[in-house]
Formats: sequence, C-alpha cells, structure tokens
Amino acid sequence: MSALSLRGITKQFGKTETIHGIDLEIDAGEFVVFVGPSGCGKSTLLRMIAGLEEVTAGAIKIGDRDVTTRPPSERRVAMVFQSYALYPHMTVAENLSFGMRMRGVAKGVIAQKVQMAVEMLRLAPYLDRKPGALSGGQCQRVAIGRALVQEPDVFLFDEPLSNLDAELRLKTRLEIAALHKRLGKTMIYVTHDQVEAMTLADKIVVLRDGVVEQVGKPMDLYHSPANLFVAGFIGSPAMNFLPAEFMALAEFNQAVFADGSQWLLGKKDAPVGKVTVGIRPEHIRLDRSSAMRARVNTVEQLGATAYLYCSVAGQPICIEVRGVIDARVGDEIGLHTAPEHIHLFDAQGVAI
Amino acid sequence: MKKPSLRSVLPLLFRYVAIMIVLLFTVGPFLWLLSTSLKSAGENIFAYPPMFVPQQPTLDNFFRVVESQPFFVYLKNSALVAALSVALNLLLASLAAYPLARIPFTGRAVLFIVLLSSMMIPFQLLMIPVYELAISLGLQNTYLGLVLPHACTAFGIFFMRQAFLSVPAAIEEAAIMDGVSRLRIWWFVMLPLVKPSLATLAVFSFIAVWGDFLWPLIIIDQPSLFTLPLGVNRLASTFSLDWRLVAAGAVFSIIPILLFFTFTQRYFIEGAMKGAVKG
Ligand SMILES: Nc1ncnc2c1ncn2[C@@H]1O[C@H](COP(=O)(O)OP(=O)(O)OP(=O)(O)O)[C@@H](O)[C@H]1O
Ligand SMILES: [Mg+2]
Repeated sequence: MSALSLRGITKQFGKTETIHGIDLEIDAGEFVVFVGPSGCGKSTLLRMIAGLEEVTAGAIKIGDRDVTTRPPSERRVAMVFQSYALYPHMTVAENLSFGMRMRGVAKGVIAQKVQMAVEMLRLAPYLDRKPGALSGGQCQRVAIGRALVQEPDVFLFDEPLSNLDAELRLKTRLEIAALHKRLGKTMIYVTHDQVEAMTLADKIVVLRDGVVEQVGKPMDLYHSPANLFVAGFIGSPAMNFLPAEFMALAEFNQAVFADGSQWLLGKKDAPVGKVTVGIRPEHIRLDRSSAMRARVNTVEQLGATAYLYCSVAGQPICIEVRGVIDARVGDEIGLHTAPEHIHLFDAQGVAI
Repeated sequence: MKKPSLRSVLPLLFRYVAIMIVLLFTVGPFLWLLSTSLKSAGENIFAYPPMFVPQQPTLDNFFRVVESQPFFVYLKNSALVAALSVALNLLLASLAAYPLARIPFTGRAVLFIVLLSSMMIPFQLLMIPVYELAISLGLQNTYLGLVLPHACTAFGIFFMRQAFLSVPAAIEEAAIMDGVSRLRIWWFVMLPLVKPSLATLAVFSFIAVWGDFLWPLIIIDQPSLFTLPLGVNRLASTFSLDWRLVAAGAVFSIIPILLFFTFTQRYFIEGAMKGAVKG
C-alpha cells in the first residue's frame, strides 16, 4: 500500500487551471522530490497535499484514508516552509511546543518530544532565543524541529534551503538526508534546484506547467529522460541539443546536421526524418581523428574540470573535460561520443 | 574637535526653526489654555497685548471648579467609559477584522466595502436614529449607553484588518498545520504580532472616547453620569461664563491623557520600532 496517492488532481485559481490532472503513488518511507521550473505548480501541489489549498478535482489518500476534503490538522502531515514561518514572538522552545500546548498534549509528553527534536537537530543552545536572534540555518533547523515534534506520517518541505547561502545549503541538505535515513518517514521535498533533487531523492517527479513530465529514480532520469524537457532539466551543465536529420544506413545509422556534417549513431534506431540529438557535456571526448569538427568559442577552466563552449554545425555546444585543457579560443577540435550516450528525440520532443 | 562649519549648521538650524513653528501651532493653544486657567480673578484675560505669563499665578480656579461641580466623579466616569470602550474596541474590532483579512468567505468583499462606506457617514447624520435606538434599548443614563457606540468602530476594524494583512500568511499556515484552531491562532499568534497596531488603535480610540461630547450630551442627563466634556460644558453655561473656570476644567480633563501617554509612550514607541525592524 502506498503512503500517499494522488488521483487526477487538478487545481483552478478562478478560471485558470494551473494543475492539470496529476496521478502519483508514493511509497512509505520514500524521499520524493518535486522539481521543475518556477511557476510549474510544485508549491501548489504540495499545499494541496498539506490541505492548505483546496483540490478542484481528484482525490488524495494518505495511507488508506481519503483526506481530500479533510482539514490540515487531520492529515498527519507536517510542513517546513521556505520562509521558515517561525512564530517571531516565541522562543525556540515555545515555537517547538506551541502546537502541542494548543492541542492540550500532556506536559510530560511535550517535554519528551521537544527533547527528542532538540537532540536530533542540536538546538539546545538556542532554546531561549527568539527567531530574530537566530541565523537562517538555525531558523530552518527550528522549523524542521517543529515539524518533527508533530510526528507526522508525511513530511512536506517547500524549498527549505533556498534562503540559505551555498555552503549552508550543502550542510543542511546533508542533514535532511541524514534525518530521512534516521526517521525512515515519507518525505516530499519541493525544489527547483536539480542538484538537490538528484542528491536527495529516491524518486524525482519532474513537473512542467502543472503536468508531470516524468517520474523516476534520479539515475533513470539522467540516463533515459522521457523527453527534451526532462533531458534539459536534469544534469548540469544542461544537455546539448542539436537539430538533425535521421538517416538509416547499412551498418550504422547517422544524424546529419544542417551543414552536412554527420554524427554516427551506431545501431540506434529511429524513424527517418527530423530529430533532435541530445548529448551531455560530460559524454563528449576530444578526439583529433574524429570527423565531427567543432570550433572553440570560450574556454572556462575550473581546475578539476574545464568547459569548452564550441560551435558544431552552427549550433552552440558545451563540452566538459576533466583536468586542465590546452585548447584555445579559435582552435578546431574533433569530438567523439559513444553511441550509447547519444539521445534522440522526435519532432514532438519525445525520447526515441 | 573641528569647529562646525556654517554649512553643516545651517540645515540643522532650519530644521529646528521649522519644528518650533509646528510646535507653536500645536502646543501653543494648549499653553494659552493653561495660562488662562492660572490667571487670577484680578487679571484681565482679554488684555491687549495679550499677557502670556500670568502676573499673579494661582490654583484658585481649579479649586473653584472642583468645589462647584463633582469633577472627580466626572473623571471617574470618563476613565471608566474610556477604559471599557478602548478594551472592547481592541477586542471586538480585531476579532471582526481577522476573518475580513484572512478567512475567505462569500460576501467578504461586499462586507468590507459596506464597512468602509459606513466610515464616510458623519455621526451627526446618524445621531437621531441611533438615539432612538438607544432610548428603546433603555440605554439612556447608563454606562453601557456611553460605551456601546465606541465598543466596535468601523475604523478599528479597518485598521486591524490592514494590520493582519501585513502578517506573513506562512506563519498562520504553520499554526494551521500545527493543528491550532482559528480562534487560538487569532489570540496566540496574530494578536501578539500586531501589538504595535493595537497600541496605535488604543491611542486613537482613547482620544475619540475621551473627547466625545455630542453622544454623551444626548444620551446622559444625570450629572452623576457626566463625563468630563459634559462637565466642562456645564461650567460654561451655569456660571456667568468665567473663561478662567472653563480653562481650568479643560486642563483638568486633559491632564489624565497626558499622564496616560507619558507612562505608556515608551511602550508605543518600542512596539512601533519592533514592527519596523522585524522585516
Ligand atoms: N493563490 C493563487 N491565485 C492564483 N494563482 C496562483 C495562486 N497560487 C499560485 N498560483 C499560480 O499557480 C501557478 C503555480 O504556482 P506555484 O506557486 O505552485 O509554483 P512553483 O512551482 O511553486 O514556483 P516557484 O518555484 O516559483 O515557487 C503559478 O502560475 C501561479 O501564478
Ligand atoms: Mg513554490
């Protein structure tokens, strides 16, 4: 039985529909990441699961309970907000215990749950401080603690790291991953950062314009994206796309570009006609003898890696090279990619 | 230390002059009132050129006011009515404002517009129907009659609605997720966060009640229930109009306000500052 299931969820704000029928099954204990560009409806979907936003049509089940029309308090979900949303006039200790005090939970139980959260998130030094006297990272830990003491079936995170600086973001990301491992609870995490998605998720749900584009394990999305959008969204730097004509030949097929140059595709099969060739920057090797020629436009040396921005058949392309590279702007280089690393998409952008 | 140059002093000088002018217009009338109340009977208060500082300052006028009329009873009445009205207004206006700001329901926008428009009708226009209503309810010559019109003002609701709107929605949603009821959210989360606005509204409604003259005049005719403005008015009519006495009565009714603000001022300013820094 899945921990959470969404059936045909749609959402309308006034007359405009922003979520167009989403079906999703989430297993117990899974870490699911909703990822997608800004405005695609991640927060809206999360808020509908939380019960903060009404569902226009469809059904939400948590465990075996249908909670579609239940208020948030009856759903056994807890949410961590992007803005932390701590109660500014209460100390950290009060912030953690407020909900339980209001619900009339016994004092002993409150103390015990708060203690557990304090230990797990190392909040002891700040208990008597108010949120105004905490750093962003500390605020976020308190916000997570406040979710923790609710002992929910499902944790919801809405871009919890986006207000933190890069270093703290990495640290907190690792902490959240550790927390998930330790609690084993179902977690749904919203982000527009694909690195967060790749590193945290058991399962990634890629959303675009209120539609699920693909659901899968991070590496499945990386290796076999279902369409151009997912291919471009997952992976950094983004996959290179080159429009081409697919040709079937005797021993191998090939993609022919606008200027007549060709890229061998091995045994890869596709209907003859217009395709888009997708190749990740890290899958392109420099090969002097290759017939596929490119001209270097920009070189970025980062030390461990270098990025070459070149043009191939009139199209811009990014190449990731390990270590230091001696290519210069204006050089002509040869490129090679193993056929299994070449993705083909049809005219509709669907993977072939 | 460097000697301040004319260039740096000049704007400061200008600012102080401007402040003095404003002060002259705001505090001036009050000082004039104070001066009149302290002038003895032998002094011509209409003398030209006017004498600002009393030549023979005396508290005699104050004693005469207190002797001739139960001004301490008026003071008690005013204080009681003000305290009740302000407390009720803070409570009821913010209670009414919360759903207007935060809980969507059908007709909310219409209700708010009706509320706003009611603020634009002058009281004098409503006076007679409200008076009749009050009489039929048996509110003549009662404290309740004095308090009720101030107990939940349209302005108060409007003002608190704006205050609640400025509280980030996520804080409230966090409380909802925490399983806290709306009423408790209002009391334990929202009200503490709009304290500066509550303080401001308290000041506004206190001033409005304390200085209210027309409504007490028509609803009260028992002197034992008179508020201070009615008492001052009585000074002006019962005697052969001695402006020294009227001035003394007016000063008497202003002093409690001054005391009130002197004591609470720090809190108001603190609250306002906190609200400003938080963001
Ligand atoms: N209360 C609302 N009323 C009307 N439209 C809304 C409302 N809330 C969200 N929307 C619309 O719904 C769409 C999805 O918004 P949502 O906040 O879910 O996006 P998101 O994926 O979380 O984006 P971001 O990454 O910027 O947070 C947007 O087009 C937004 O304009
Ligand atoms: Mg969002």
